[in-house]
Amino acid sequence: MIRIIIAIVALLPFAVGSPFLVNLAMLTAVSAFLGQCWNISGGFGGLTSFGHAAFFGIGAYVVAILQIRFGLSPWLGLPAAFLLGGGVGLAIGFASFRAGLRGSYFALVTLAFAEVFRVLANSLDITGAGLGMQIRRQPGLITFQFVDGRLIYAAALALLALATLCAWHLRRSRFGAQLAAVRESEDAAAALGIGVVRTKSLALGLSGGLTALGGVLYAQTYLYIDPSIAFGSARSVEMLLVAMIGGAGTIWGPLLGALVLHVIADGARVFIDTPGAAPMLYGVLLLVVIWLLPGGIASLKLRRAHA
Amino acid sequence: MLDVVELSRRFGGLRAVDGVSLTLPEGGITALIGPNGAGKTTFFAMLAGFVRPDSGTVRFAGTDITGWRPDLIARAGLVRTFQITQPFAGLSIAENIRVGAFLREPSPAAAMDQARAIGTRLGLGGMLDRPAGSLTVAGRKRLEVARAVATRPRLLLLDEVMAGLNPSEIQEIVGLIREVHAGGVTILLIEHIMAAVVALASHAHVLAQGRLIASATPRALAENQAVIEAYLGHGAAARMAAHA
Amino acid sequence: MPGFDIAAASLVGGLLTGGVYALVALGLTLIYGVLHIVNFAHGALLMVGMFAAYVLAARFGIDPFLAVPLVAAFMFCLGWALYRFVIGRVSRGEDRAMLLATLGVAVVLDNAALVIFTGDTRTIETPLTFAVLEVGPLLLPVGKLVACGMALLMAGLLWAFMARTGTGRAIRAVAREPEGARLVGIRPDRMFALAYGIGVACLGAAACLLLPSFYVSPSVGENFVLIAFTIVVLGGMGSFPGAVVGGLLVGVAESLGGLFLGESLGPITISLMFILVLLLRPTGLFGVAR
Repeated sequence: MIRIIIAIVALLPFAVGSPFLVNLAMLTAVSAFLGQCWNISGGFGGLTSFGHAAFFGIGAYVVAILQIRFGLSPWLGLPAAFLLGGGVGLAIGFASFRAGLRGSYFALVTLAFAEVFRVLANSLDITGAGLGMQIRRQPGLITFQFVDGRLIYAAALALLALATLCAWHLRRSRFGAQLAAVRESEDAAAALGIGVVRTKSLALGLSGGLTALGGVLYAQTYLYIDPSIAFGSARSVEMLLVAMIGGAGTIWGPLLGALVLHVIADGARVFIDTPGAAPMLYGVLLLVVIWLLPGGIASLKLRRAHA
Repeated sequence: MLDVVELSRRFGGLRAVDGVSLTLPEGGITALIGPNGAGKTTFFAMLAGFVRPDSGTVRFAGTDITGWRPDLIARAGLVRTFQITQPFAGLSIAENIRVGAFLREPSPAAAMDQARAIGTRLGLGGMLDRPAGSLTVAGRKRLEVARAVATRPRLLLLDEVMAGLNPSEIQEIVGLIREVHAGGVTILLIEHIMAAVVALASHAHVLAQGRLIASATPRALAENQAVIEAYLGHGAAARMAAHA
Repeated sequence: MPGFDIAAASLVGGLLTGGVYALVALGLTLIYGVLHIVNFAHGALLMVGMFAAYVLAARFGIDPFLAVPLVAAFMFCLGWALYRFVIGRVSRGEDRAMLLATLGVAVVLDNAALVIFTGDTRTIETPLTFAVLEVGPLLLPVGKLVACGMALLMAGLLWAFMARTGTGRAIRAVAREPEGARLVGIRPDRMFALAYGIGVACLGAAACLLLPSFYVSPSVGENFVLIAFTIVVLGGMGSFPGAVVGGLLVGVAESLGGLFLGESLGPITISLMFILVLLLRPTGLFGVAR
């Protein structure tokens, strides 16, 4: 039932075709996708990252550099971004988890890694330094640039479906069970033959690879990136907020979280159209969720189902 | 099956385990007893790879596993349980056991079948789909054993799986351990409850202040309290019994 | 290669800034040492302090250095209330929840400042802004010199408070033995709110000292989050002397990093230091096991 409603709501913008609605749906889908990426490591794996912008930025810069510096197709950017984002995720994970970093320390070290990437992008020639990178506008399927918002929305939906499929697989697969075990008790998991560092690093790698795809979509949609857009901490925080508010470790949580956030964003704009008003409400919402609803909005639905 | 030679570990100035050597024959049930703080749990932790020994070697089934990571040791077939039970609280009981089964069985469905079968055999049958966080102490102890058994170990280290249980629960778990053993698993157990040790083990080692001070059949140890007193000082036997 | 004079000036400038950083880090290390909270809202709270000092200076003409007691008192109340009514209540003592609660507070504060003050970058001028003191070949900015001196003075006062007063001892007792403290009649929750308030008050003081030589904007706190955490992990989480030495070290590293790596690449020094310390020596350079 819920799935049917979701499908109808997701397809509605195609039918209605209002640019406002399509844009809202696209932004929501992108947020949900990025939240789901964070959820894979942060929710299912319990690895609270404050630095997922690192992976997003890598994806955005990879596709921009491939086109601008090497004249390669942005379609190539998708696998390249996935591999590089995934590789960096694996490497950050391996280094951090081997050093025994968990909880707050892991969160802070991811923040620092994202900052390293931001500073590098801000200084290197290949990334255009502080000026950022402008991708030449030539709409078309081959160039992976769409004028019609509905096509961008479709691409965002495809990514969201991919990430949700990954989350769904984590619920059922051996790897997902092992990841959950590591999240609940590392010692007990190790005693049952699970490589703890390996499992956590793989989760971060998968999450990082997927997040990088979001960066690709961003670069191809707006055709401009700079170090703050790509690696700024606002991105990391939004990904975390979407997943935590919606319900970390659940399949539909990020979708709910993204819906709530974007409804708030547009609702707030009606009353106070100042920058900062909506994000301030997100912060309040995060506090309320941690306080009253640690399982996020998704747990409301579950609770009712169990009652 | 297991050859331990001169295994030692200190924490600061304290010699938690001090030159312990012992050999376990394949297919037996052996007990490790001793007063609290004798170093039993540290000894287990070293065997299973959770604590790195300062010196000494551990050979398991002919392979030197000293200093291996815990997951590799478990994969080799040596699996421990925890005295302070560590259920995966967010998972159901069946899912908990399945995590163990996944070590040898990649298919989720087959692993779940095995987990349910083992859970049922170990007396968790009626509650397999409940969250593991809801279990009582006795249930948690069973879950510890069930998870470890699901990995199909060759050697099982049981750390005080009877502590905190009432007599009838103890009797049940003794039966469960016998059943696991009958399935071909070698067992080394830490236990304070002498009655259970006498009922289960064919051999017992006594650890005190990090050193192995006696090895005999449990009956001989239990009957000859004077031996224990001689090693551990006056009142030691009573203290050991009191910890039961 | 920069000449010796420039390097020496940069070194001294780094030390002076580092003194103020030390005060920022002291607040963080106090909060960690007592509450075991990794206070992610630290940067945002510093920003609030800087805006408070800015408003006092711009609206009422109060020199930031003289505003230290006012802003510190205001920030103490803010921190106390934040812990009492938000962070302590929301997190129920869970590690992840506490971290996320402080993140939530940071998000709210950052964006509230954006709503109130807009994203503009603001600076103020004081009589000391352009004053310099000539010491041999070096030109020392008087403003920074005074700021560093005041910061170290306040670090000393804080140390004396923690070591010599009954309240300070009670806070330390709660940090070490919450149960034991409860038995002798100390209320841990009160001490926690007090410690959080004192930690935030340090930020208020540091904000006043930073403002004349820095700028303030709603996102200014972000610059200080990693700096403060780098100092604290460098010095060992919870260590007072570690925070002071770490503050000076990080001030110098930042200054020399900017000098040798250039304006845009320079900031990488802090992040790399932080990552390397955490990966290679998580107990800090001077710390004992945490």
